[in-house]
Amino acid sequence: MNLKTTNLETARHAILEPAGLSEQALQKVLGNVLGHAVDYADLYFQSSRHESWVLEDGIIKEGSYNIDYGVGVRAISGEKVGFAYSDDIILPALEEAAMAAKSITAQGGNHQVQAWHRLPETRSLYGDDDPLKSIPDGDKIALLRTLDAEARRIDSRIQRVIVSLSGLYEVVLIVASDGTFSADVRPLVRLNVSVIAEENGRREQGSQGGGGRFNYSRFLENDLGIHYAQEAVRQALVNLNAVAAPAGVMPVVLGSGWPGVLLHEAIGHGLEGDFNRKGSSTFSGRVGERVASPLCTVVDDGTLFERRGSLNVDDEGTPTQCTTLIENGILKGYLQDKLNARLMGSQSTGNGRRESYAHLTIPRMTNTYLLAGNHLPEEIIASVEQGLYAVNFGGGQVDITSGKFVFNASEAYLIEKGKITRPVKGATLIGSGPDILKHVSMVGNDLKLDTGVGVCGKDGQSVPVGVGQPTLKIEGMTVGGTER
Amino acid sequence: MSDNWDHLKEIVSEVLKKSKQLGLDAAEASVSWSSGLSATVRLGTVESVEFNRDKGLGITVYKGKKKGSVSTTDLQPAAIQSSLEAACRIAEYTEEDPYSGLADIESLARDIPNLDLDHPSNVTAEQAVQWAKECEDSARAFDSKIANSEGATFATHRGYRVYGNTLGFLGAYPGTRHSLNCIVIAKSGDCMQRDYDFTTARDIKDLNSRNSVGQTAALRSIRRLNARKMKTCEAPVIFSAEIAGGLWGSFIAAISGGNLYRRSSFLVDHLDKRIFPDFVNVEEIPHLRKGLGSAPFDDEGVATVQHSIVQAGILKSYVLSSYSARRLGLKTTGNAGGVNNLFISDSECDLADLIKRMGRGLLVTELMGHGVNLVTGDYSRGAGGFWIEDGQIQYPVHEITVAANLKDMFSNLVAIGDDTEKRGNIFTGSVLIDRMMIAGS
Repeated sequence: MNLKTTNLETARHAILEPAGLSEQALQKVLGNVLGHAVDYADLYFQSSRHESWVLEDGIIKEGSYNIDYGVGVRAISGEKVGFAYSDDIILPALEEAAMAAKSITAQGGNHQVQAWHRLPETRSLYGDDDPLKSIPDGDKIALLRTLDAEARRIDSRIQRVIVSLSGLYEVVLIVASDGTFSADVRPLVRLNVSVIAEENGRREQGSQGGGGRFNYSRFLENDLGIHYAQEAVRQALVNLNAVAAPAGVMPVVLGSGWPGVLLHEAIGHGLEGDFNRKGSSTFSGRVGERVASPLCTVVDDGTLFERRGSLNVDDEGTPTQCTTLIENGILKGYLQDKLNARLMGSQSTGNGRRESYAHLTIPRMTNTYLLAGNHLPEEIIASVEQGLYAVNFGGGQVDITSGKFVFNASEAYLIEKGKITRPVKGATLIGSGPDILKHVSMVGNDLKLDTGVGVCGKDGQSVPVGVGQPTLKIEGMTVGGTER
Repeated sequence: MSDNWDHLKEIVSEVLKKSKQLGLDAAEASVSWSSGLSATVRLGTVESVEFNRDKGLGITVYKGKKKGSVSTTDLQPAAIQSSLEAACRIAEYTEEDPYSGLADIESLARDIPNLDLDHPSNVTAEQAVQWAKECEDSARAFDSKIANSEGATFATHRGYRVYGNTLGFLGAYPGTRHSLNCIVIAKSGDCMQRDYDFTTARDIKDLNSRNSVGQTAALRSIRRLNARKMKTCEAPVIFSAEIAGGLWGSFIAAISGGNLYRRSSFLVDHLDKRIFPDFVNVEEIPHLRKGLGSAPFDDEGVATVQHSIVQAGILKSYVLSSYSARRLGLKTTGNAGGVNNLFISDSECDLADLIKRMGRGLLVTELMGHGVNLVTGDYSRGAGGFWIEDGQIQYPVHEITVAANLKDMFSNLVAIGDDTEKRGNIFTGSVLIDRMMIAGS
């Protein structure tokens, strides 16, 4: 027997009951939005609690707690979308928002909302406990102190340490005219250590963090938090010795894990359904074409256990899935939400996401990664006569129309005669999305996902994502350093 | 849209009163409210109409020098009470920070000047749709190379902000912002390029015309077509006015208190030192009427004042809040929350003069990525623009990076154009820099 509370029960208890909203009331609101010209409408209820703790200068300096809840109403008529929201979850506010959303279309008769179908909650990719309550506040503080002490203990050149811990407990309920009646309970935690090392007047920074859809206690297990502190210190010390980065085209070896931000920028965004429906992406209309070397298979997988980018259901109530974007170098498909899938005659891939109830749903990535190949990472490095080995990155950006993308290395080394030699300063790497993966000549057997830090921005909306890849060799890429 | 915001002020007063009842040493609270709509038209038909309405309350409490912060979107009395209690709980765990606390009482704004920031429009969704459509139409009609569009958006917002603290300060002011933007795609053969234009103002009457926004967006997209890669080289670089604000933004971040006391800036200990050549002056004018960056007081109630940041190339003032000022043993500059209207002096020459003066080099019109390291000043970003020879634009270039150290870029600044960008809080013309490394093929 399963005594676990379903997400739907949790959402009903957290959102509908306090507002005195019945299912009949929701049905009536949706029914009023639907008209002869409105073919789809949905309500997105969200209730979230967020906390953060910051240690700096050796003291617990900041603590904050945020409560946010509200409901967004969307009405779709063909390609037209009407959207309104309210941060009061009460029936009058909901009705008002519904009327505003509906205003994109002329008045029409009432249409019937399909009977709710509640999909059985057959899987749970993460726990449904409130991470904020997972350990006592005193233990959160103790964790921050331990990491601060660890960073300072390792090396006396560490002058500044900032440790931050944050947790989010979010409950969403999605009710749609197509019969969707779905809920999700989404925990998300994050721990970060950043340091500044100083030597002979030179200062450099290092930072490491991670997290996912689990509880704070994970940071205490296997000294995960301690490892972040050590890693931040290591990076800062490496950078103290970094020389100017080279400029120009050269072979680039990307490390495993977080460097997968390459795939996110170069490939992922260009395959989002909205851009392809509009024909504004450099990948538009290219399904079936070769866009990468045969060594490359890239997927977007929202079903990974406890990952930062994972969701049981997306923000339209569609169960997430593993979507193959590129298979052995051939472009296979796009990432879809309901609107763009319908307009392109396909199915949602469970990639409809939104930052909050106050934002419109658009196609977004979840966890995007490239599958492992056959080479040992050492072999890949040994194959490079003169090039760059980049293992850590800041972030990236892409112009999906021209396909040009950049990402910024924060830890990189020169490869000379097959050996990693000197560390070089951070530099921007630039390339062209539809070309770059064609130049992948070796793929490592060391697939790794990032530690759980990704934030993706699109149309002014931020959502948590994951990336990953094995060690990769790109035959030629432009490195934006300062040395000839 | 209600003009009666008294209840928002009352909420702040109530929070401050309750915090005194709870025996707290000090507290501050702010309420923000905003409302508006935006409409996007793509390929001549409505793509979306969005109605925004947001409110929020933020509270920070102090127990001695220990603080706790909360925020909530629920402004009901019960939620306010539990938020205050949560803030007090947090302050049990944070530690004494000798520099923390409210702003010093003598720095608080004594009167709240009317900066003419509030120009409500009463634009309906139908009008917004119509204006967006006219804008996109003029972009699409501009040239047959405009093959596709990401649409045009008209948006209008009105907001009200209240801030109060237990030193007796309670200030509030409304403000509006209207904007129109257009993004279109030009196509030639296999090459597809997207670019945009926008206009934004406090008063709808001050917006650029729908036609000009549409046509500029079209022109900007078309001129990027058939961009070439270029060889790696060292050359002078002009940052065009619309992106040059980013350079000044990096400068401001590097002289901001938070980065200075953390020693995470390449400009620590640079007060009264030379950073730019002597023709460069930078001034903050926070009370500019109708200014997009104008504010009568900062995020902690401190009076904002006009002051010089760079005089004849010398750094005369940091950018500080009360907290960072105390850390550095200085006085707040009224910049809790950032700078308000930064004016960069020009060299009395236009962009064409700058290009002529450069002779041969790169005109950058687009930057990509986040490659600015404020700790070291290392700068490396993706770029696109135009190659210049013989003082003339030759052809568009792309897939390149520009790199140097910001300290060198600032000291090797050659000239600033009078083609001043006015659509944000940084007023700057195009900037010519002596030389940078350009990485290409």
